[in-house]
Amino acid sequence: MTRFLAVCCAVLTVQTAAWAEEMKMAVTTSFHNSGLAEVLLPEIKQDTGIDVQLLVVGTGQALRLGAAGDVDAILVHAKAAEEKFVAEGSATHRTEIMYNDFVFIGPGADGAGIKAAADAAAALRLIAGSGAPFVSRGDDSGTHKKELSLWEAADVAPEGDWYNAVGAGMGAALNTASGMNAYILSDRASWLNFGNKGDLALLFAGDPVLFNQYAYLPVNPEKHPHVKADLAAQLEAWLVSDRAQVLIDGYRLEGEQLFTFNAQK
Amino acid sequence: MSDLFPLSVSGAQVRRRGKVLVGPVDLTLQAGGVTIVVGPNGSGKTSLLKMLHGILRLNRGGITWACGTEDAQRRQAFVFQTPVMLRRTVLENLIYPLRLLNVPKAQARQQAEDWAARIGLSGAEGRQATVLSGGERQKLALARALIRKPDLLFLDEPCASLDGRAMREIEAILQDAVASGTRIIMSTHDMGQARRLADEVLFILHGKVHEFGPAAGFFEDPETPQARAFLNGDIVE
Amino acid sequence: MSELWDGIAQAFWLIVTLDADLVEITLRSLQVTLTALVIACLIALPLAAILSVRRFPFRRITIAVLNALMGLPPVVVGLIVYVFLSRAGPFGVLGLLFTPTAMIIAQVIIIVPLIASIAHQSLRDLWAEYHDLLISMNTTQGQRIKTLLWDSRRALLTAALAGFGRGIGEVGAIMIVGGNIDHATRVLTTAIALETGKGNFSLALGLGFVLIALAIAVNLAIHWLSHTEREGRW
Repeated sequence: MTRFLAVCCAVLTVQTAAWAEEMKMAVTTSFHNSGLAEVLLPEIKQDTGIDVQLLVVGTGQALRLGAAGDVDAILVHAKAAEEKFVAEGSATHRTEIMYNDFVFIGPGADGAGIKAAADAAAALRLIAGSGAPFVSRGDDSGTHKKELSLWEAADVAPEGDWYNAVGAGMGAALNTASGMNAYILSDRASWLNFGNKGDLALLFAGDPVLFNQYAYLPVNPEKHPHVKADLAAQLEAWLVSDRAQVLIDGYRLEGEQLFTFNAQK
Repeated sequence: MSDLFPLSVSGAQVRRRGKVLVGPVDLTLQAGGVTIVVGPNGSGKTSLLKMLHGILRLNRGGITWACGTEDAQRRQAFVFQTPVMLRRTVLENLIYPLRLLNVPKAQARQQAEDWAARIGLSGAEGRQATVLSGGERQKLALARALIRKPDLLFLDEPCASLDGRAMREIEAILQDAVASGTRIIMSTHDMGQARRLADEVLFILHGKVHEFGPAAGFFEDPETPQARAFLNGDIVE
Repeated sequence: MSELWDGIAQAFWLIVTLDADLVEITLRSLQVTLTALVIACLIALPLAAILSVRRFPFRRITIAVLNALMGLPPVVVGLIVYVFLSRAGPFGVLGLLFTPTAMIIAQVIIIVPLIASIAHQSLRDLWAEYHDLLISMNTTQGQRIKTLLWDSRRALLTAALAGFGRGIGEVGAIMIVGGNIDHATRVLTTAIALETGKGNFSLALGLGFVLIALAIAVNLAIHWLSHTEREGRW
C-alpha cells in the first residue's frame, strides 16, 4: 500500500508550470483550424513575452466567455454580435484585423450545379431547388450565423429533409458532410486543413458577401477588473503592427493565401 | 473492578417483524460456573444469548448488570454458531481484538502466537482464516473471544457439526477458561456435552424460560413434563 | 480500415520517438485523473462505509441518488462546474476556470458517485457478514469503518480502477471547464476530439491507442503493486 501511494505521489508531482505572462483569448474553431495561430503565437511570445492561451470554441461560446470575464480577449468573426457585445459594455471596442473567405463545398459531381452560379444567393437557391443534402453547423457559431444570413439573402427557408443542422464545430460538420456527400459552407482554411475530404470538392467561392471579417475585442476591465487589460492592449498593438501584417499576408496553406490583413493602423 | 453478576432480567422481550423471537424472560443469573441453555430447535436459544449479550435490542423489559451495561459490554465475548472469520490471516484475527483495546503491537503479536499454538494452529498463523476447516475456524473464533480475557463468554452451539476430536479440544479450552474464572453461558443441543459441562441448566421453550436450576436436578429429575419429554428425546411442541 | 492501420502506425511512432507533445499531454492526463481519483477515493470510500454501517434518515435516498448520479452525463457536470467557476459565478474570484484544477474538480464530481456506489455494494455485503462480530466486540463506529475498508480493499481497488477508467476516458466535462488549451489544459481525450474535428482520423486514432495502452498500463501497475503487497498470503 505504501509503495502504491509513493508511485501516485511521484506521478502527481510532475508539474509542467513554466512561468510566463499568460493571457487567455477565445478564438473560433475556424481560425484555429487555419493553422495561423501556430505561426503567430510563437512570434507574439518572442516579441511581447506574452503567452497567449487559446480557447478554441464557437463564436457563441466565445462571446459568452468574454461576457462572463472568463477570458481576457476574443477574436471572432460575427460583426452584428460583436457590435452588440461592445454596446453591452462587455468589450471596450472592436478592432478589425483581417479577413478570409467562406467557400461552398460539395460532392465532386456537383448535382445541384452550383459551380456555374452567378453569386452565393444563386448557389444556395440551386442547392435548395435540387433537394441535395446540405449540412449546417447549427451551433450558433460565426459560420452558422453567416450561413443563415446567406439563406435569408437568397430568400430560401432552410428547412426540410435535405437540411441537416448537426450542432457541431467546423471539422465535425465537414466530417458529416463527407460521410453524407453533402453540400456545406466552410471557411477556406478549415477546408484546406481538413484531412477527410473523401469525394468533396470546393465548388464555389469569390462572391464578396462571402468575405469573413475577423475582429479583436478586449474584454472591458471596468466590467471585469481581474482581466489582464494591459496584456490585451499589448496584444492588440502587436496584431495591428507591420510585423503582424507580414506574417498574416504571408501565411500560405497548400500554396494559397488565406488571410488578408486589413487593420486600420 | 466491580462484579458483573448478579444479572437480572425482567420482562425482557425481542420482537422482529411482529414475531416474538424470545421473551418475556424473567431471570437472575449469579456469578461463577457454566450455564447451559437447552431446548428444541427454534425455541429461541440463539435469540436468548444474543439478547443477553446485547446484540439484539429489547422491545420490552430490561437487563441489569451489577456493574452497569457499558462496563458489562466491554467484559464479555460471544462465539457464534457459524464462526465469523475476518478476511485476514489467522494471526491477524487473533491480534484484532487486542488492537481494539490498544494493546501494543509487539505484545498483541506475542499473545496471538501463544493462542495460535494453544489451539494447534502454530504452523498456520499466516494462512487466511477464511480457508480454515470448520473445526479450525471454531477454535480460532474461541481463541479470538478468549484472548481479551472476558469475564463472561457466550457460546452459541459452538460444537454443532464438529467431529469428536475438535469437540474435545474446545471443551478442554472451555474448562481452562472456567478454571481461570470466566463465567460461561452456552447453548447446545448435545445432551452429553451439556452433562459434561453444566453447573446449571436453562431449558427454553417457545422463547420462554421453562425450567432453570442446578444441572444435577435437571438431568435426574426435571420438574416439567416438557423437560422430561425433551430429555427422553421425544418431540416437544 | 486503412485509417485503423495508419492510427496504429501513428501511435507506434509517437511512442517510439517519445513525441514531446504526446508525453506532455499524457502526463497531464495522468496527473489530472490520478489527482481526481485520490481525492474522489478519500470522499467516496468513507462515504460508502458510513452508508453501510450507519442507519440514519435519508440513507436510502442518499444511496438512490448516488446510484442515479453514476449515470450523470459528464457534459452536464462540466456545465455546472463551469457556471460555478466562471468569473460571473460564485467561485469566480478563485480564477480556477480553464486550469487543470477545474478539470480535477469536474472529474471528482463525475467519479465519486461511481466509486461510492461500487464500494457501497461490497462494503454492505461485508458488513452483513461482520455485523454481529463487530457489535459483539464492542467496536466504535470508526473502528467498524476502518475494519470494513481494510478487509474489502481488493473490491475497493476495483471500484477505484473503475473510477480511473471513467476519469481518464472522459472528455465532455474537461473540454468545457479545461478549455483544451495547448500546453495548459490539453489532455489525451481533448486532443483526440480536436484531431477528429480536423478530420485527422489516423492521428486521433493513434492518440486513442495511446490512451488505451495507458489505461491498461495503470491497471496492470496497480494490480501488480497490490499483489506484491500481500504476496504469499492470499
